[in-house]
Amino acid sequence: MGTSFGRGGATTFQQDLANSDCIVIQGSNMAECHPVGFQWVMEAKARGAKVIHVDPRFTRTSALADIHVPLRAGSDIAFLGGIINYVLEHEKYFREYMLAYTNAATIVNERFAGADELDGVFSGLDRERRSYDVSTWQYEGAEVQAASGKRDQLWAERTRHGVRQSGRGEAHGSGGAEIGTEPRTDETLEHPRCVFQILKRHFARYTPERVEEICGVPREKFLQVCELLTENSGRERTSAFAYAVGWTQHTVGVQYIRTAGILQALLGNIGRPGGGILALRGHASIQGSTDIPTLFNLLPGYIPMPHAHTNEDLATFVEAESAQKGYWGNMKSYLVSLLKAWWGPAATPDNEFRFDYLPRLTGSHSTYETVLEQLDGTCNGYFLMGENPAVGSANAKMQRLGMAALDWLVVRDFSLIESATWWQDGPEIETGELRTEDIATEVFFLPAAAHTEKDGSFTNTQRLLQWHHQAVEPEGDARSDLWFIYHLGRRIREKLAAAARDGTRKEADAERDRPVLDLTWDYPTKGRHAEPEAEAVLAEINGWNADAEPLSTYEQLKDDGSTACGCWIYCGVYAEGVNQAARRKPGTEQNWVASEWAWAWPLNRRILYNRASADPDGKPWSERKAYVWWDAEQEKWTGHDIPDFKATKAPDFEPEEGAKGPDALRGTDAFIMQADGKAWLYVPAGLTDGPLPTHYEPHESPFANLLYGQQRNPVRQLLRHENNRFQPSDGQPGADVFPYVLTTYRLTEHHTAGGMSRWQPYLAELQPELFCEISPELATERGLEHLGWATIVTARTAIEARVLVTDRVSPLRVQGRTLHQVGVPYHWGPNGLSTGDAVNELASMALDPNTHIQEVKALTCDIRPGRRPRGPERVELVERYQREAGITDETGTEV
Amino acid sequence: MTTARTPVDPAGDSGYADHPPRMGFFTDTTVCIGCKACEVACKEWNAVPEDGLDLTGMSYDNTVGLGADTWRHVAFIEQRKPIGRQDPGLHHDQDVLTMAEHGTATQPPEAGMTPTTPGAGDDFRWLMASDVCKHCTHAACLDVCPTGSLFRTEFGTVVVQEDICNGCGYCIPACPYGVIDQRKDDGRAWKCTLCYDRLGDGLEPACAKACPTDSIQFGPLDELRERAGRRVEQLHEAGVPEARLYGADPDDGVGGDGAFFLLLDEPEVYGFPPDPVVTTRDLPAMWRHVASAAATLAAGAVAAFLGARKGR
Repeated sequence: MGTSFGRGGATTFQQDLANSDCIVIQGSNMAECHPVGFQWVMEAKARGAKVIHVDPRFTRTSALADIHVPLRAGSDIAFLGGIINYVLEHEKYFREYMLAYTNAATIVNERFAGADELDGVFSGLDRERRSYDVSTWQYEGAEVQAASGKRDQLWAERTRHGVRQSGRGEAHGSGGAEIGTEPRTDETLEHPRCVFQILKRHFARYTPERVEEICGVPREKFLQVCELLTENSGRERTSAFAYAVGWTQHTVGVQYIRTAGILQALLGNIGRPGGGILALRGHASIQGSTDIPTLFNLLPGYIPMPHAHTNEDLATFVEAESAQKGYWGNMKSYLVSLLKAWWGPAATPDNEFRFDYLPRLTGSHSTYETVLEQLDGTCNGYFLMGENPAVGSANAKMQRLGMAALDWLVVRDFSLIESATWWQDGPEIETGELRTEDIATEVFFLPAAAHTEKDGSFTNTQRLLQWHHQAVEPEGDARSDLWFIYHLGRRIREKLAAAARDGTRKEADAERDRPVLDLTWDYPTKGRHAEPEAEAVLAEINGWNADAEPLSTYEQLKDDGSTACGCWIYCGVYAEGVNQAARRKPGTEQNWVASEWAWAWPLNRRILYNRASADPDGKPWSERKAYVWWDAEQEKWTGHDIPDFKATKAPDFEPEEGAKGPDALRGTDAFIMQADGKAWLYVPAGLTDGPLPTHYEPHESPFANLLYGQQRNPVRQLLRHENNRFQPSDGQPGADVFPYVLTTYRLTEHHTAGGMSRWQPYLAELQPELFCEISPELATERGLEHLGWATIVTARTAIEARVLVTDRVSPLRVQGRTLHQVGVPYHWGPNGLSTGDAVNELASMALDPNTHIQEVKALTCDIRPGRRPRGPERVELVERYQREAGITDETGTEV
Repeated sequence: MTTARTPVDPAGDSGYADHPPRMGFFTDTTVCIGCKACEVACKEWNAVPEDGLDLTGMSYDNTVGLGADTWRHVAFIEQRKPIGRQDPGLHHDQDVLTMAEHGTATQPPEAGMTPTTPGAGDDFRWLMASDVCKHCTHAACLDVCPTGSLFRTEFGTVVVQEDICNGCGYCIPACPYGVIDQRKDDGRAWKCTLCYDRLGDGLEPACAKACPTDSIQFGPLDELRERAGRRVEQLHEAGVPEARLYGADPDDGVGGDGAFFLLLDEPEVYGFPPDPVVTTRDLPAMWRHVASAAATLAAGAVAAFLGARKGR
């Protein structure tokens, strides 16, 4: 989403689904996982919209849809690519929209070669390093920066440092694109290297016949989807897409979403009511946890975390990471204001606002690499807050082995989750792989307060910040996360300050302590437990000027240190000193957009890029789909929502020569975060695995890639370890040992890794134990009985589950063979009221190279009747399977 | 056989001179997403205990049926039939009392279709429906309660008062739907109160409040019946001819339900009795028979006595 449109968030809001004429839910089980938001899908259906659910299983979402399209797990790019091909071939795109608001006309430099020419890979692939030289993907005549994603890619070129820096995991620049400002375009769309022609060539092979063979979707059904989607898109009608982790959890996850992005941009469905792409987040504040990130590679507001480049200063960083045009052109203001919020008076122009205090990346430090670092002994301590990796992470065994190598582990949760008890009763204790007495990890379990027991905000799926007030005091020793972090920081600072005073700290250490000691850490507290005021944190996130007055928009941010702001995209949430997130004006007292209910970033805009809801002249594309338009009399943008555009910039505005940042955007540049103001059909920068989505088979697949010689994503991220071995794919010896496709999912009745649900009697009784879902045909083939036990085996482990035989899982016809799929919900672990084996034990650490997200939505397995062996025999069973399939450390690691 | 009476005013009949309109539930099963929020909200609000961690294998239904500790129950029915065609393929000779004994879910042996029933074709649908106490116009449970624990509220609903119930259990076989049930550890009878405590405070019942898709609608029964009628028409026009109401007819065997349903198949498919009858319907006639039988017996006894005397 970020690289296609400019921001890593849903382009629309759930209530707006009611205005859709067609809703495609794919990679999401919205009715089960987002039941409250699903009411707007039902509302759209009641108004006559068509609802299409594309999913390997018939779920509660399918039950309410007009059409359910079962497809093979892991084949979505082929399916969506097929629709793109249909749109291009039958000229079903919204031509005026596409020309005005996308980069269809932009010409790509001549060094670029596509997957259609290179049998499934793009130009610039370095097979040794398993990475791309992305400079060959740039536009002709201009070098643009991505609005999100891997912005460090062209660090060397952008900063004119010719030497590749050591320890840079993400950047692989060499050669040199010309640095210019305006890329060349061809408005006739006929230039062979314009994006539109490249797109046509790239997707030409995604025919209905290929879709049928790859996805197992009969072509009539596929064409029915194509027709419904295109009939319901254009000037008068709009269609929406909703996806969730069914798309992200793949080794090509980002490219799944990109495919939908291309389709929606071609059809003119972005920035318009009833259109858009709704990224349904996994739980309550996941959007918030990327906005103010718990991710290793981002600072608040999607500012990239600096890499460990030698001698990099603030100016070099900004030069490398910001854009010439669009709102990322002001990155220095956002960053300096962030540094002022964190280090206050200690951050001055003379010391570059303490840019040197920021941590530096030396490579990828995702949760999975961290496990390897634990095993290597470089990571010795670990905080788990609201996370249960012993159940919830792929290859959960590796997570436990990593934790067993730590010095200390702090688990904060309100249930005694498996990540806190693995050392006494985990699966490895049972198999004998670990012995409690040998584990040196000191484990601390601290009870956590629930959201009803504290003040704070959730940022939901639609970028909406909603404030919640404390209802009751937490029981016993339970405390809020805010309390814990604040007081932990306070105590550490007191200790360091004392050590500095009495001279017991070495000089080098004292230097290292200064970023901590200089932090602004002075939040007011209340009550007998000295609970920090959550609203004071919100005020700091919002920011203030030199006179300590709250800011109301990020346009006020300065790069001279006169403003402080903890997260530039949240600027305005505390405008006029009022907690805007706490607003609760009922929907009946305002228009349908309900701008006065809580607050959405950025600047309370509910549909992003809504300038595109009007034509280039500023008039609504149609009366039916009017949303934001140019009022020539008042000389400003107006409409139902707050314009996602400079309010007074006329549609015919042309920037002056040499203008920079937002001033360089034209009156028609609706995608204001993008370096060229356009939605990107083709991504010249920001992605590690290709400028266009390409169908690759999952890392482990029972099928060969029918479209290309390249079987899998060549730059997928594989973490190698003897406990993380991979299985052979189709065409390799031993592939038939794991003949079935396995996919994981969630149920309405439980919450992710179970910490919030398996201990709740009212939820536990609704889904009391782990089960797997299989078709009657597979049950017959493998002798599995309804409600009996099954053992599911991969190269990692074997788990057991009760069997539900159901028509909701149907065999598919793929490449002339019958494919059976096995569905398993992943909520369970051995603790709690409702128990079962942890399904993520089965998955491997094979990751998307952009996001480092694991592939758990499509892998291969075997399934057999009966319970799994106990004790050491469980390990022996897995070893037997490995031997039978001829698995070594090298299996599956081919580029 | 007596015929059911036309719509009445159950609260007025129970002696409330000035009372609010009769309140009830309209459960539109066509928009139910099976999230079970109603079950959880009900248990939370009414402090109903958890009642068993059993995987039943009946699709996603691990609740099985209404009972003392389950006042809302979501049924899941997997069928090999498309939406728009109607052929339940079921016999209509089910014994209502047997069904009531089973509770409201279709037990696998009785179900027309279970997850493992073989069938043909690609047609498939998954029906979900949230069941609840029907708050009958003619409520047999109330008729048979000897302590007055069960009573008719001013909203026309039927509520058990747990501090009065003596656990006699007469109400349990009296219910034609198998709803009311004795709690094992305390012997008293429990069922949905239509959140009588919330209604008194002007709040809607917890289940209706929690329902995200408005499958459970709460309101004055008159309005709900009107709305339901329109919804059925809309569905018929949209090509769903099998849409029908269940429990909405004031002329049915219980005088119409205070909680009624929009279904997409025969009632038995959802575990509902097809033709429920208030079990106390025949009581007046029975008492007449009892009286005449008693009179006959007495007359016989007298005759025998007299005869005996004569024989002496």
